[in-house]
Amino acid sequence: MLSVKNINTYYGNIQALKNVSIDVPEGSIVTILGANGAGKTTTMKSIAGLLKPRDGKIEFLGQDVTGKTPDQMLSRGLALVPEGRAILSGMSVLENLEMGAFQRRDKEVKQDLEKVMDRFPILRERRSQLGGTLSGGQQQMLSIARALMSRPKLLLLDEPSMGLAPLIVQDIFRIIQEINADGTTVLLVEQNARQALKIAHHAYVLETGKVVKSGPAQELLHDPSIKEAYLGH
Amino acid sequence: MILEQLINGITLGSIYAIVALGYTLVFGVLDILNMAHGEIFMFGAFMGVLVTNTLKLPLIVAFLVAIGVTAILGFLLETLALRPLRGKKGVSHLAPLISTIGVSIFLENLAHHFFGAGNHPFRTSFSEMSFQIGTVTVYAVQIVIFVIAVLLMVGLSFWLSKTKAGKALRACAESLEAASILGVNTKKMITTTVIIASVMGGIAGVLVGMAFNSVSPQMGLSMGLKGLAIIILGGMGNVKGAMAGGLILGLAETLVVVFGESGYRDAIAFALIIIILLVRPQGLFGKASEARR
Ligand SMILES: Nc1ncnc2c1ncn2[C@@H]1O[C@H](COP(=O)(O)OP(=O)(O)OP(=O)(O)O)[C@@H](O)[C@H]1O
Ligand SMILES: [Mg+2]
Repeated sequence: MLSVKNINTYYGNIQALKNVSIDVPEGSIVTILGANGAGKTTTMKSIAGLLKPRDGKIEFLGQDVTGKTPDQMLSRGLALVPEGRAILSGMSVLENLEMGAFQRRDKEVKQDLEKVMDRFPILRERRSQLGGTLSGGQQQMLSIARALMSRPKLLLLDEPSMGLAPLIVQDIFRIIQEINADGTTVLLVEQNARQALKIAHHAYVLETGKVVKSGPAQELLHDPSIKEAYLGH
Repeated sequence: MILEQLINGITLGSIYAIVALGYTLVFGVLDILNMAHGEIFMFGAFMGVLVTNTLKLPLIVAFLVAIGVTAILGFLLETLALRPLRGKKGVSHLAPLISTIGVSIFLENLAHHFFGAGNHPFRTSFSEMSFQIGTVTVYAVQIVIFVIAVLLMVGLSFWLSKTKAGKALRACAESLEAASILGVNTKKMITTTVIIASVMGGIAGVLVGMAFNSVSPQMGLSMGLKGLAIIILGGMGNVKGAMAGGLILGLAETLVVVFGESGYRDAIAFALIIIILLVRPQGLFGKASEARR
């Protein structure tokens, strides 16, 4: 579904990604692991169109989408839940959700609003509250729910569990699995390597801007060097 | 006397509010001060002179021409002076400010060239029309100005809070990156914002021409500075703040005259703004956290 081929992304003269290649098959959950500063967010932003790789190629649904803008990627069916959540803090929860459906012109937006609020009951409860007044976990739910409002074919999640209490982290991982089971392909960036590998089908490991390892998630879960570096023991 | 000045103050204040709205929209979305806003306003005023005085056409045509011309000016401002500087590595964050100052000087020179220095009269068919309510004299022109200003403010507020495009603009004002991943074409939205802001300025220009019967190429500078003061007073990027701030400045200026200090009119009005800001540094409607940005 998504195929990233040898992209190099720079911040000014600093090269943040070096020949990164990633494949995301339709229907799967693929996870990208890596330490702080490894280039995970840069990879996600390059795919979503927020950063332009200097070279390399990105294909989505069989089309070359290299250099497309974020709104063009969204209209093709790719939604990003960014690091830091990017909640519109001065707009209500409901308005945030509506903004998720910004590009949609169909008549089922209302129906989808109900659906996401069924999945995230706390959002229904808080729907007229300003986005900025929500707790971290609620903001993460809102950010995911908002991305779902665009009916994405591929959902990019950048560290959705960051800074959240363990119980809420469990919720988030369960929800990601549900979303995937409903037919949405998922590309997940996580520091929480063990949990991510447990729900993912494939995994990539980034170190200083390079893919240093990749394979089926189960294999990486039992790989001694991965255990050493990312699973704590 | 006081009542009449109150009406004058509200009339003037509602024009200030419209000017400030244009300022605050651009600041909200682009985080820049558009120093050319005053000169675009002045061009709107001159379109009014051109249409009503030179061509002897009705006022409504003046508004339409002012809207058209200032929309084009806004489009050119964004595409020629602002966009080329955006997102470029190594460009100072002050560059867009300097760029708008350059545009403002250019527009003022252009007005000098086309219209000549000095004051130009601005006559409408109902300039002298007035009526008495008790002892108070109200000019028809004041009512027209007030009604147009209120319609504009209500219309803009409704558009921002209820329509899809208006919400997208608010999303852009919060974060261009967030808006773009939600599918907003931010380039288009920025252009739209600058055009809307310029048109607000242009309409305000015609209103000022109506209110003071006089238009000059220099009027952009002082109005630009007042607009700037108002959005600082109201809270940067804040729509309600721009409206309230405009009214406060307009009332302050006219009430100062009541107390016989007309020579210090602007100075006292600005002193008031400074005092308010000492009490509320973030502006009337700004959030404390925004002030720290
Ligand atoms: N805006 C920027 N300007 C310059 N360098 C940047 C910028 N953003 C990131 N970098 C650098 O690029 C590299 C990759 O950063 P990136 O944010 O992609 O890492 P990450 O894997 O997402 O880290 P984290 O786990 O902390 O989120 C880092 O060395 C970082 O310092
Ligand atoms: Mg990151």
